[in-house]
Amino acid sequence: MVAGRVRRRLQGAVYYGLALAFMLPTVFVFYWMITLSLKPQVEATAYPPSFFRFSVTTAGYRTVFTKYPFLLYTWNSLVVAVGCTALGLAVGLPAAYSIARWRQRGLAVTILVARIIPGISYLIPWYIFFRQLRMVDTYGALILTHLIVGLPIIIWVMIGFFEDVPRDLEDAALIDGCSHLGIFWRVALPLVRPGVMATAILSFVFSWNNFLFSVILAGRETRTLPIAVFNMISYEEINWGTLAAAATMITLPVLLLALLVQRHIVTGLTFGAVKQ
Amino acid sequence: MNPDPAPASPGRPPAPPRAAGALGRWAHRHARWLFPAPAVLIVAAIIVYPVVYTVWMSLQEWAASSLTAPRFVGAANYRRIVLADPRFRDAVLRTLYFTALALTGETVLGVAMALVFNREFWGRGVLRTLAILPMVATPTAIGLVFVMMYHPTLGVANYLLSLAGLPPFKWTYSSATALYAVALVDVWQWTPLIMLIVLAGLASLPREPYEAAHIDGASGLRAFRYITLPLLRPAIVVAVLFRAIDALKTFDIIFILTQGGPANATETINILLFNQAFSYFNMGYASSMAVALFALVMGASLVLIKVRRSAAW
Repeated sequence: MVAGRVRRRLQGAVYYGLALAFMLPTVFVFYWMITLSLKPQVEATAYPPSFFRFSVTTAGYRTVFTKYPFLLYTWNSLVVAVGCTALGLAVGLPAAYSIARWRQRGLAVTILVARIIPGISYLIPWYIFFRQLRMVDTYGALILTHLIVGLPIIIWVMIGFFEDVPRDLEDAALIDGCSHLGIFWRVALPLVRPGVMATAILSFVFSWNNFLFSVILAGRETRTLPIAVFNMISYEEINWGTLAAAATMITLPVLLLALLVQRHIVTGLTFGAVKQ
Repeated sequence: MNPDPAPASPGRPPAPPRAAGALGRWAHRHARWLFPAPAVLIVAAIIVYPVVYTVWMSLQEWAASSLTAPRFVGAANYRRIVLADPRFRDAVLRTLYFTALALTGETVLGVAMALVFNREFWGRGVLRTLAILPMVATPTAIGLVFVMMYHPTLGVANYLLSLAGLPPFKWTYSSATALYAVALVDVWQWTPLIMLIVLAGLASLPREPYEAAHIDGASGLRAFRYITLPLLRPAIVVAVLFRAIDALKTFDIIFILTQGGPANATETINILLFNQAFSYFNMGYASSMAVALFALVMGASLVLIKVRRSAAW
């Protein structure tokens, strides 16, 4: 008995140690990003680097806001991500409901294909069109193109939620003379509210992170955070504290949001192939 | 006959909506087409049309100039990428090699991690939550952090190597190691996805074969080799194909870490065609590469769809 318990304890400790070892690189990269952002330049580029003992400064964060129009970039990222998510929900929720309710498999697959096609194969025509329409460097162009990352996620995750709405409830409402629009709006949507919240956050995160579309279609006025940070490298910003502060400020909000919807992330990333 | 009140059964036609005019009734009748219509319109406008346009553009020669119109050249661009452009051929091979590198690392580590995380141990939930973070972190920011970590003289990566008694690497600063260094970032970012998919597969495994194996006196290792691995194969295959589709399209981290350099050592199809289109404005030529990449990714996706159909889990 006792020997068995000791063995189980020992086994548990081994697994715990292995799990820690696996997660060490994950944690380390984030730890390094955050500590670098707090180090003064001399210590950020010191060799050998210091892991735990260093003086803390907010100089990096202050430089990000004084030397670069970082507030504008943050605002741009917010406008585009919120716009993409709002538009995505407005057209994606009825579509997801319809796919779940009337089993429109073909439509679902079409949306999935949109996610599979390499983003870069849209970029050339978009660039040509938006240039002709004089829409390069406008929020409109960015919001529309970011829908390619937002809309498929919204639709595919929401199909799962709408399928879980009891069919009897909808049929009862139908017999009571409720229209499909009424059922969608007053019966189904209130029931899937947690799902809407989760997909909204997912779509926001992936729009916020998008680099490829914005690097071509954003301009001086609408530059989003990922592009701004990329430009900092090419402008030979040599202060590592500043670079790390910028990286931290882009990615920290997204990480916090992701923690709120962690159960749905794998479902979202695998388009419903894996439900948790 | 049946004492119970009839349930809302298919036999009874639903009543027409009460408070609705002619328009409302029409909308009600055609709801299944009206609901997805806005999404379909948007998909057509921003996805279908551009793809068709890209295919058409791949048959032209055009320098994105408003002064000269596109010139129709037929299959000339395709002839060029297939037969006469060693740089494109290298980019294709590099893309496949990068994908193979990243996937091998991610699959081996991801399956191992899933096996560890399948056990109960203290703090498992917290550690599993941490595993999600690399997948949602902004790739640009992560790339930037790796740029600093990979620095040959000041970076922490070489310092960690020296602690382990290893000689320093040049990481992304040498054409010999750059592709591996970039693949390592991809492994860092996406191993958790494989782990979580395989973990979901592990959760659905039946218990009986293990009990039988235990009674037969099979060792844990043999049980893994002959029971777990075969049962887990569908989950692993799906995970790998999912990753393959995205790894073939990797753009952000390569562009931020190396922009295809040094000496084209990390120039994948994506990077090459991006530069052809937006640095040299060879729109037609770049479009033909886009179609080629599209075909490659669609090939991987068709395999995925076939596998998913056959693997019920």
